[in-house]
Amino acid sequence: MNRRDAVARVALIMGGTLIGGDYLLTGCGPASTDKTADKGKGQAQTNGKLADVLDAKQVAYLNEVGETILPTTATPGAKAANVGGFMAVMVRDCYTPTDQEAFVKGLDQLEEVSKKQNSKGFLESTPEQRTALLRALDAEQKQYSKTKSIEAPNHYFRMMKELTLLGYFSSEVGATKALRYLPVPGKYDGNVPYKKGDRAWATT
Amino acid sequence: MAQNTYDAIVIGSGISGGMAAKELTEKGLKTLMLERGRNIEHIKDYVNANKAPWELPHRGGKTQQMIKDYPVLGRDYTLNESNLEYWVNEKESPYTEVKPFDWFRGYHVGGRSLMWGRQSYRWSDYDFEANAKDGIAVDWPIRYKDLAPWYSHAEKFAGISGNRDGLPQLPDGDFMPPMEMNVVEKDVAARIKAKFKNRHMVIGRTANITKPHHNRVNCQYRNKCWLGCPFGAYFSTQSATLPAAVATGNLTLRPFSIVTKILYDKDTKKAKGVEVLDAETNKTYEYYAKVIFLNASALNSAWVLMNSATDIWPEGLGSSSGELGHNVMDHHFRAGAHGTMPGYEDKYVFGRRANGIYVPRFRNLFGDKRDYIRGFGYQGSASREGWSRDIAEMNIGGDLKDALSEPGAWTMGITGFGEILPYHDNRIFLDKDKKDKWGLPVLSMDATIRENERKMRVDMMQDAKEMLEAAGLQNVNTYNNDYAMGGGIHEMGTARMGRDPKTSVLNQHNQVWDAPNVYVTDGACMTSAACQNPSLTYLALTARAVDHAVGEMKKQNI
Repeated sequence: MNRRDAVARVALIMGGTLIGGDYLLTGCGPASTDKTADKGKGQAQTNGKLADVLDAKQVAYLNEVGETILPTTATPGAKAANVGGFMAVMVRDCYTPTDQEAFVKGLDQLEEVSKKQNSKGFLESTPEQRTALLRALDAEQKQYSKTKSIEAPNHYFRMMKELTLLGYFSSEVGATKALRYLPVPGKYDGNVPYKKGDRAWATT
Repeated sequence: MAQNTYDAIVIGSGISGGMAAKELTEKGLKTLMLERGRNIEHIKDYVNANKAPWELPHRGGKTQQMIKDYPVLGRDYTLNESNLEYWVNEKESPYTEVKPFDWFRGYHVGGRSLMWGRQSYRWSDYDFEANAKDGIAVDWPIRYKDLAPWYSHAEKFAGISGNRDGLPQLPDGDFMPPMEMNVVEKDVAARIKAKFKNRHMVIGRTANITKPHHNRVNCQYRNKCWLGCPFGAYFSTQSATLPAAVATGNLTLRPFSIVTKILYDKDTKKAKGVEVLDAETNKTYEYYAKVIFLNASALNSAWVLMNSATDIWPEGLGSSSGELGHNVMDHHFRAGAHGTMPGYEDKYVFGRRANGIYVPRFRNLFGDKRDYIRGFGYQGSASREGWSRDIAEMNIGGDLKDALSEPGAWTMGITGFGEILPYHDNRIFLDKDKKDKWGLPVLSMDATIRENERKMRVDMMQDAKEMLEAAGLQNVNTYNNDYAMGGGIHEMGTARMGRDPKTSVLNQHNQVWDAPNVYVTDGACMTSAACQNPSLTYLALTARAVDHAVGEMKKQNI
């Protein structure tokens, strides 16, 4: 991102016309100055490498959550982009211990809500039930995010959704199948025709 | 000693240091270019330049470890995994802040010429005459006519794309073909022109070449300049000045060379060379030359001078006026507006233009008078929203995915870049209590914006809103975010030029009054800041100073 893009992005965010997506939690989070933040369990290191916060089972679960948020349509869905695996990397490396904890707990909370609402776990639910559940959670996170204090953790579903969107649209599958990826355009044309259905460019 | 002797020494290898080395070597001088950091080889060392987004594990974001390791860099967009290795190691090279100061540094061959924003604008006499007319600070010792031929010289070599807009406050240059505004920007520009006297929106003038130039390939519209360009399409030390200097056979480049002081000879009243601390071995060397160009970047050039104290000048070489380290300037920004453009749903763009639009200064010019002095310019662009937009009525599912796979509405944002006045009290000094990795004193920053800048920021917001609304944008929101000195990455003024050795550090040829064979031609030399991006002016001043230095050497004056 160059400065002009960064400025435009800040403008968008500050203007309040954009919520979610990229660079909010993952890219523009405040630098942590709280020394106690270093003690989070997710920050444990082995041989200089951070220990994983999420295990293979949780990654598989998150792939299903991601697939519900961005399912296979005419183009592949989030599972094909392994957004679960991407979330594991991002939660481990980029999240504060507070958000890590909220994220991991959120997996249990999501499962609980599913059992309460549908009398079965998320993975056992039908696609329709999964979608209805996540729609409700998305409404909940939007409400929560509006009023939460800066110190409070982010809502787990907000994090899952953002990472799904970021992970999918910047993945090879998302960028080349759902979007159009062109590494070397070679020229610029500021006025080309567009018709509904044409895919967006993957990078700006 | 003989093998440590050169005709010229250049301290620093960034935008101005590279230009000094090129000009000196092309004029036949055996030149040693000293760079405190590692070498970065053109193309070969641009390790992320050809990676797809998915090849970066965090897709360009920042990790908690990076946030911990780079507390200063993390204050802005600058901290990201795609070009982290181009930024200074903050643990090795700390500084102290009496007042908040964002200092974004690149300690390697090429310096910030690798990461710069590339916007390249001439100054006009409105800028060079400003201090004299306002009766503040000191008068510039030069005028536009002194620099105009050197602007041309720099533009022709660097390759600046731009349109000849015929505006007196933003003189036209020797441009490569301009980049193109997109369809929305063109209409916005036309509406602004129709509705406002003296306000113009033009295509940005940028150091990206739009046709092949000196073995460099023209811009491929990838918009990844900050990773280093494998096509050499933007001007940097690596793509332009270094190969030209190397081609002469007269250049020696020494990386890992921290210049700790300029060696002053009391008898000749000139500098005789420099002391270098090898950053890898910690060994000390001396190098000698007839002329020294100091291009370590504005604040570090002042550091070198301050650290070159002698019993004659205990505050450092060039300190006799009491102005060394004072008058720190930058451009304040992050105030502007943003809105949505209705319509144009059947229009899109092809390619990623590494450039935006520019609105040259209009305040306090042509009879306009505000409750502050000087002015600001705007940079920005129009584009269609991407997948990160919020679609209120779609939360989850295939309809969301398919909708986000298409571009959204057209939006446009502009942000002001405003002039900061040269305040004597805005200063940097050596903090002798704090040492860097090599045991050298670090800089302490004590500078802030004041009343004039704060008043200007109100206009930066309101004028942006007024113009965007007049141009048909809707839901226009203004913003005025925190700005701390340094954040504009346009540090200037710590060794200013002037007409009088009692009130300035450098004369009209960028020579240190106290040691005339030392030339300072980076941001340190600036007497005022104007509001245009400054690097092109450094290039022009550097070429002009080299020409002067070589003339003086021929006349045996230095």
